This record gives sequence, C-alpha cells and structure tokens, in this order.
Amino acid sequence: MTAIALVGTKRTLRVVERNVRSYARMWPAFLTGFLEPIFYLFSIGIGVGELVGDLPGPGGHPVSYELFVAPAMLATSAMNGTVFDTTFNFFFKYKYAKTFDGMLATPLGVADIARGELAWALLRGTIYVAGFLLTMIALDLVESWWALLALPAAALIGFAFAGAGLGLTTYMRSFTDFAYVGLAITPLFLFSATFFPLSEYPGALAWFVRISPLYQGVAIERALVLGDVSWSLIGHAAYLAAMGVFGLRLATRRLGFLLQP
Amino acid sequence: MDYDPAAAAAPDGFGPPTGDGADATDFTTSGREAAATPGAAATATDTPPHRTRDRIADLVVSRPLLRQTEREARVWVRTWKGSLVSGLLTPLLFLGAMGLGLGGLVDENSGDVAGLSYLVFVAPGILAAAAMQSAAADALWPVMSGVKWTKTYHAASATPLAPSDVYGGYLVWMAVRLAMNATAFLVVAALLGGVPSAWGVFAVPAAVAGALAFAAPLAAYSASQDSDLPFPIIMRIVVMPMFLFSGTFFAVEQLPAGIRPLAWVTPLWHAVELARGATTGSLGLAAVAGHVAFLAACIAAGAWWGARTFGRRLAA
Repeated sequence: MTAIALVGTKRTLRVVERNVRSYARMWPAFLTGFLEPIFYLFSIGIGVGELVGDLPGPGGHPVSYELFVAPAMLATSAMNGTVFDTTFNFFFKYKYAKTFDGMLATPLGVADIARGELAWALLRGTIYVAGFLLTMIALDLVESWWALLALPAAALIGFAFAGAGLGLTTYMRSFTDFAYVGLAITPLFLFSATFFPLSEYPGALAWFVRISPLYQGVAIERALVLGDVSWSLIGHAAYLAAMGVFGLRLATRRLGFLLQP
Repeated sequence: MDYDPAAAAAPDGFGPPTGDGADATDFTTSGREAAATPGAAATATDTPPHRTRDRIADLVVSRPLLRQTEREARVWVRTWKGSLVSGLLTPLLFLGAMGLGLGGLVDENSGDVAGLSYLVFVAPGILAAAAMQSAAADALWPVMSGVKWTKTYHAASATPLAPSDVYGGYLVWMAVRLAMNATAFLVVAALLGGVPSAWGVFAVPAAVAGALAFAAPLAAYSASQDSDLPFPIIMRIVVMPMFLFSGTFFAVEQLPAGIRPLAWVTPLWHAVELARGATTGSLGLAAVAGHVAFLAACIAAGAWWGARTFGRRLAA
C-alpha cells in the first residue's frame, strides 16, 4: 500500500515516460547536470583540501579533507538533481506549457501527476548520484562497505527535496518568486556541514544547521562513506522521509485545488 | 548553482512573460527617485540640481547607446530585488562559508596562503568570480530574450538605435550593475577584515573588466543562437569550472602543470590577479599592464564580434 502511494501505479509511469521522452531530445543538458558537484569536489575538496590537511574523523582517526567533502557533495548532488526539476521545470509545465492540463484530459489524476513528477526527479537525481559515487570510487574516496547504502540514502535525500520542491512550488506565482529557491538552496549547500564540520560553527548557528534538511543527508552520507554508522542515522532518515511525504501530499492537494477548482 | 532549460526564464524576470506585479509599477519611479534626492546633486560644487539632471538627460539623448542602458536601468528598478539574491547575496554567503568557515580550518592548518590569511586570499577571488558568473548568465538568457522571446532588441532597433548601440548599451548597463554589486561586496569584505589595503577600491573595476571580458563575447554569441539549449551546458562546462579553478579558491600554481595554461587564458584569472593585487596592495606596474591589456583585448574582440552578430540578427 505504502509502496503504491510512493512509487505509484502504471499511470504514474506514464508521467515519467513523458519526461523521459521529452529529455531524450535534450540529453546534453541532462548529462552535464552531474558535473557541478564533481567540479566542487576537485576545487574545494582537493584544491583547497591541500591547504586544510586532515580533519578529526570518527573515533579520533584523521580524515583527509577531500574524504570529508566528498560525501557532502554526494548529498548535495541528490538535492540539486531533484530540486530543479521539481521547482523551475515543474512550474514551467504547470503555468506556461500547460502540460498538466493536457494530462488531466486523459485518465490521469492530480495524484498521478504529483507522483510522476516526483518519480522522474528522483530518477534523474539518482542517476547523477550514481555518477558521483562512481567518481568517488575512482578517486578512492570510499572507506567502508556501508557505502553500498549511499545510493539508497541519496534517493531518500532526493525524495525529501523533490517532495518539498513540488509542495512549495505550488505556492509560486511567477518566475520572480524563484529567487527564493536560490535563497534556500545556496545557504543549504554552503552551511550544512558540507565544507567544514559542525564544530566550526558558532553555538546558536550550529543548532540551526542541525535542524536544516540538507544536514540530515550530509550526516547520513558521511557516516556511510566513512563507516561510522550509529542508530542516530534512523532519526535523520525519518526527518527526510517525513519531509518528502509531507511535500508530496501538499503538492497533490494544492494541484487539485489549482488545476481542478 | 545550476541552470536548466526551463529555468531559462528566471534570471531577473526576463524570459517568458511573468505577468503579475511587473506592470503595476509605473515608469516614473526612477524620475521620482531622482527628484527626491536633490541634496546629493546640490552638494556637488555649485551646480544647481536641475542643471546636473539636464546634463545627464542631454548625455543620454546625444548618445543613442545610453538609451539602451537607460532601458535596462528602468527594468532593473522594478526587478532589483530578485537580482540581489544572485548578484550580491550568493557571493556574500560564499564569503562567509569559504572565507570565515573554511578559512578557519585553513589558517589553523597551514597558517596562510602565499602569506595571506585565507579570508584575505579568497575575498578578491569570490568578488571577481561572482561578477563573472552573474555577467555570464546575463549575457545568455536576457540576450536570447531580446533577440527572440520578447524581441525588445528588435523594437529598439526600429528606433534610431543601431544594433551596435543595443549591444553596447546593454554592456554598459551590465558594467554599472556589476560595479554596484562589487562595491557592496567589497564593503562587507572590508568590514570582515578581508581587504587590508586601500588600493582595494581598484578591485571593483578589475572585477567588472574581468566579467565584461567574458560576457562581451558571450553576449555576441548568444545573439547568433536560435535556441537556449546550449546555455545551461555553457554554464556547466565553461562558467562553473572557470569559477572554481581560476585562482579563486586556491592558487593556480596548485593545478597540475598541464592544466595551468588553461587557467591563464581565462579572463577570470587575470581579473582575480588584479583584484587580489589591489586588495592586498601588492601588484607591480608591469603585471597590472599585462592583465589589463589581456582583458581589454577580450572586450575589444567581443565588441567587434557583437557588433556583427547583433547587426546580422537585427537586420531583418
């Protein structure tokens, strides 16, 4: 039952298929999407990493800076890969291309649309994450077999941000409002213990980071890649799952209200 | 961050019609603002305020190119809030994260980068790189909008403006906007202790020149394109690497020897060198002349190309 609620039915797959076909004509735009976190890994992780040296890792063992940054970029990759499809592209289809009005003229309903868009974003994000993970393996930046779970964990991060993206985009009125997306994504990208550990933040700010969404993902990925797994990961995962489910529900409700008043 | 085909529309309210809000503000806003600040003009020697304004008006009328600049300024007056996020807030967040957060780790570990604290090292880098990145986006989608989506450039060239005026006027506006953002950034960086030398004020023209050296040819290219499909790819495989590897966050000498020459031919590297030389007050005359000559050559080449592509595109 839950599986159907999340993954959806055959009708959901029709929406995914539509996006796959649409993107088949824009594959260079699709493929280059996974480059950004890799460039950051090389520039900040390896380039600036030479200046930073080692950081204290799990159990007091020193961890090289690139090994510290890599899992954070993996989590970022999952966020980036899903956020843009569920915000800019979703809004464009809803408001200008009227793609969803077309879909509603078929047996598809708003729930199918919301789930289908989410599944598509997730598919795209997961492909990017897989590419990034392979890069990490090639650079010898994976320390533990727990990293086998890094891909499903990234899918969970993607699910959370895709759900939130869809839900919040239904409140956008024009493309001008999308300045808010940048306003949310950039601080998350820079201040989720991505480039420097939580201990470097001033006290109050550290608590703010602890409750921010991307930090949950960074914490999970870093623990898996470094092999420092504990029960607290369940809490982070529950946070992300709740965020995704809530966002998806919100999006479904709002879409019904907006497209079938 | 990232640029997608459908995100195309976004920057600063260009692209597909955004509809609500924009039309509500009337055109006289800038006029009212000018009238509301006569004090500023009056303090400038003994020139009566109205005469200064007349002179500006004369200047705009006598130079068709500045008409296009004025048009962009009037649009900006209504959309500046959105452009503030990408133009100013994002670089400031980078300064906080890299200069202060990561900088703490760098300074603990290696003491300094080429004799500078990391904040001092990275501030001019982010200044120049952010200017380049924002200029690059402005040289892509808004230009496509002008020549294809909204065709405002066609409308402009139906007036006494030549296509090269449209192009030149837009670049002048870009320079003004970049200078405003760069100045605000520099002030914040200085307050945080990232600008040790008073020569630092020259980092603003350095960043603007570096951004234009890349954006002038890029805008020329955009005007020759029929689709914005290559744009996000340019942002990802040209702009993003340039942003990250042109001496912005770490010295170019750290790059593998084989890649280093690639960084040297980017306009951004020259701008970063100039800006860093300015904020630290440590650049010889010969080096300045060399970097300035390179950037000037890029801008000149871009201008030559832009006059051609705009001319061809707006001729019909």
